[in-house]
Amino acid sequence: MVLLVLAVIVQRNLFAVVVLAGVYSFLMATVLVALDAVDVAMTEAAVGAGISTVLFLGALYLTRGDETRPLKRTWTALPVAIGVGGALVYGTLGLPAFSDPAAPIHTHVVPRYLAGAVRETGVPNVVTAVLASYRGYDTLGETTVIFTAAFGVLALIGRRGRRGRRPER
Amino acid sequence: MMERVILRVVVKLLAPFILLFALYVQFHGDYGPGGGFQAGVIFGATFVVYALIFGTVTTRRVIPGWVPRWMMVGGLLLYAGTGIAGIVLGGTYLDYSVLARVPTQGQHLGIALIELGVGMTVAGAVTAIFLAFAARER
Repeated sequence: MVLLVLAVIVQRNLFAVVVLAGVYSFLMATVLVALDAVDVAMTEAAVGAGISTVLFLGALYLTRGDETRPLKRTWTALPVAIGVGGALVYGTLGLPAFSDPAAPIHTHVVPRYLAGAVRETGVPNVVTAVLASYRGYDTLGETTVIFTAAFGVLALIGRRGRRGRRPER
Repeated sequence: MMERVILRVVVKLLAPFILLFALYVQFHGDYGPGGGFQAGVIFGATFVVYALIFGTVTTRRVIPGWVPRWMMVGGLLLYAGTGIAGIVLGGTYLDYSVLARVPTQGQHLGIALIELGVGMTVAGAVTAIFLAFAARER
């Protein structure tokens, strides 16, 4: 995966970048399966590797296939990127160890959900129970975000594409 | 018209199965991995693949432009409406336990309805965005 990321950085042909990013998403999906997050893995494989690759290719068709070389190189970006990355890595040092059962995330509401989900909702998949029932407001908000985002995109590119060229019928 | 015969035949053969798999992910989300979001993406991907092979003109005959838009609207309204149904039946907003006589059955029904709402919205969004993109010309 590291090799893929380096290839994405070095590569100037955007078609290759899009394909490599799709491969990266598929590898990410396998990592998520290994972490037992099957729902997220499905989303990653379908959205990250499938839909967004196709949308990028569609955008490439509308633009040009090669990254233009920057007019002048700015070196301030490098220390900023390294600084932010270093700060983020430093932040992860404060996190509890991976799969530590005493971590706050496992002791706050999770025991309550795991103990009560099947009895209270009758849904064996706890992920679905939490997502749809306990966290129903959040999911409603997410759906609204998707809806709003899609309508924003349609408002920007949908109308002209439809009305501007409609000689077919 | 006879170009890319293999792709055309394969897509024609696979499309119903992809749709069926999307519905399986949708309605089996209570028991296995998956749910509305994943199902919506897979459902929308069917039309994306179809449009990639057969072009947007043919795809618009299969699914006219207003269908995904109204799917988006309908999905969100179904979700919000399920919440309001909870209020009407004497509970709080998005409380599914009151939707049926047995609380767990109400939860089942409510979760299925809102997952369907999510799925419709996502499928509509994916399809509509891709068709809008693909219909543009350089």
